[in-house]
Amino acid sequence: MLSIESLHVTYGGAVQAVRGVSMEVPDGKVVAVLGSNGAGKTTLLRTVSGTLRLHRGRVEQGTVRFDGTDLVTKDPAQAVRLGLVQVPEGRRIFGRLTVEENLRAGGMGNRDKSAKAQAQQRVYDLFPVLKERSSQRGALLSGGEQQMLAIGRALMASPKLLLLDEPSLGLAPRIIGQIGEVIAEINRQGTSVLLVEQNATMALGVADLAYVLDVGEVSLSGNARQLSETDEVQRLYLGHDGGDERRVRVPSGKKLSRWTA
Amino acid sequence: MTQFLSLLLNGISLGALYALIALGFVIIFKSSEVVSFTHGSLLLLGAYSIARLSDAIGFLPAVVVGILITALAAFVIERLIINRLRGAAVISLAIVTIGVDIIILTELIRRIGSDILNVPHPWGGESFRIGSVGLSQNRLIAFIVAALLIALFFVAFKYSNWGIAMRASAEDGETAALMGIRQGRVSALAWVVAGVLAAVAALFLVGSPTPGVSPTAYAVALRAFPAAILGGLDSTGGALVGGLLIGIAEAMAAGYQDQLLFLGRGFSAVVPFIVMIAVLMFRPSGLFGTKELTRV
Ligand SMILES: Nc1ncnc2c1ncn2[C@@H]1O[C@H](COP(=O)(O)OP(=O)(O)O)[C@@H](O)[C@H]1O
Ligand SMILES: [Mg+2]
Repeated sequence: MLSIESLHVTYGGAVQAVRGVSMEVPDGKVVAVLGSNGAGKTTLLRTVSGTLRLHRGRVEQGTVRFDGTDLVTKDPAQAVRLGLVQVPEGRRIFGRLTVEENLRAGGMGNRDKSAKAQAQQRVYDLFPVLKERSSQRGALLSGGEQQMLAIGRALMASPKLLLLDEPSLGLAPRIIGQIGEVIAEINRQGTSVLLVEQNATMALGVADLAYVLDVGEVSLSGNARQLSETDEVQRLYLGHDGGDERRVRVPSGKKLSRWTA
Repeated sequence: MTQFLSLLLNGISLGALYALIALGFVIIFKSSEVVSFTHGSLLLLGAYSIARLSDAIGFLPAVVVGILITALAAFVIERLIINRLRGAAVISLAIVTIGVDIIILTELIRRIGSDILNVPHPWGGESFRIGSVGLSQNRLIAFIVAALLIALFFVAFKYSNWGIAMRASAEDGETAALMGIRQGRVSALAWVVAGVLAAVAALFLVGSPTPGVSPTAYAVALRAFPAAILGGLDSTGGALVGGLLIGIAEAMAAGYQDQLLFLGRGFSAVVPFIVMIAVLMFRPSGLFGTKELTRV
């Protein structure tokens, strides 16, 4: 459904943040994008959600299509209407708005009243705690609850493809586990997910496919489970010492390149 | 005591009008990150339109059309200029609005010329009395209308989709955009609302006890700036409190001017600014503001 081809993105005409990335998110799947700080993960999501311009970023080359529609020229509101909703890095909930108002803000791009009501029900089913705390200010929630609110808020727009930017950031391991389960459940309910993470354990646990970004380029890609067995990913993301003699060919046929982070 | 009560009533009614203007100022700042100095000329535009049109189409239609004209002018300023300069430094935008203000003001002054324009308020210049405490009928009606509008504004700001979109984008514009909220629309609507509020304030500010429409009506809007700033530039509640404070302070200074003569004649006209400076000394971001004005 989402198809990115040889994408080049720069900031201010100088910084090359993404260099020739190609990527597919098939309908109904969870796709993970791993990479360390500065790898270009957020830039990739900004390109899809139309917020690149707010950062003086520009698509220099390549195409980004969603169900055939070109996204490069779309603004964020249009992207939301097409069914693409991004949960920003660091949650960015509206701290001065109540939980309920945060959710209403999330449904603002959703014109269809019954879809909105359905989305609200889905959010409260997924996150009962949000219903309990609906009249509290967002700022009063714990980190984990804020992440749930950020995800719930995005779901209010009834996305076809949910874009998540490092949802595990700064959260305790137990909460990260819950976030992983929530992502899997959201996907089971029919929403495709593009999950950007540094926490490879969680991401590869829920993803069907995965890409590894290395300073703006895809260095590895393939089936998530197979990818998690490669030396590079083991060593750099999963904290294991993989034997150097083991080499796994990834299904996409890409050669394994050395990961230099 | 009677005099005090009388001044207090007058101050509150004047303050309610300042609050209308200041509210517009605050929502423009919240939604467009612009400190808008166009309010003086918008106010005068409202008063001028209502006065000019009254002869031709009658008072009430003139009020409606005058308000629409002012709202339209605000809308055009936002679409044509502010929206295109989104992201520019707050200080440059402020100066741009001063430029726009001067252009509109110059044209209005040229049109008014040496005419004495009057808005033919049906309630005339009579006063309304409880015992010996007096208030002009104009100010009484002004107070009622302003109170209703302010209440309506706060309800809309709290509960309507517009209010939520506005508060969300004021808090975090990029995230609001990610939710599909169109900031351009939020901002344009804020300018329209500000235009309406300014025109309503204008309608009453050029009535008794103030004589007619003249370029001096412009100075009135200038006194609403301190109201917005001392309340906190990004606080709607602050605009209300600031407006009332300034209105009361000004009315008191005018009423007791004989006792305050040592400060010079016309002291009441500068009182709003003195109150503002005094408040900012102790609270640099205003009474309820969250953003320090030094950043502006
Ligand atoms: N707004 C911006 N302006 C200029 N450079 C940026 C901006 N945002 C990110 N970059 C640069 O682009 C590269 C990729 O950043 P980013 O996409 O945020 O990576 P990640 O999300 O993987 O940490 C980095 O070199 C970063 O410094
Ligand atoms: Mg990032």
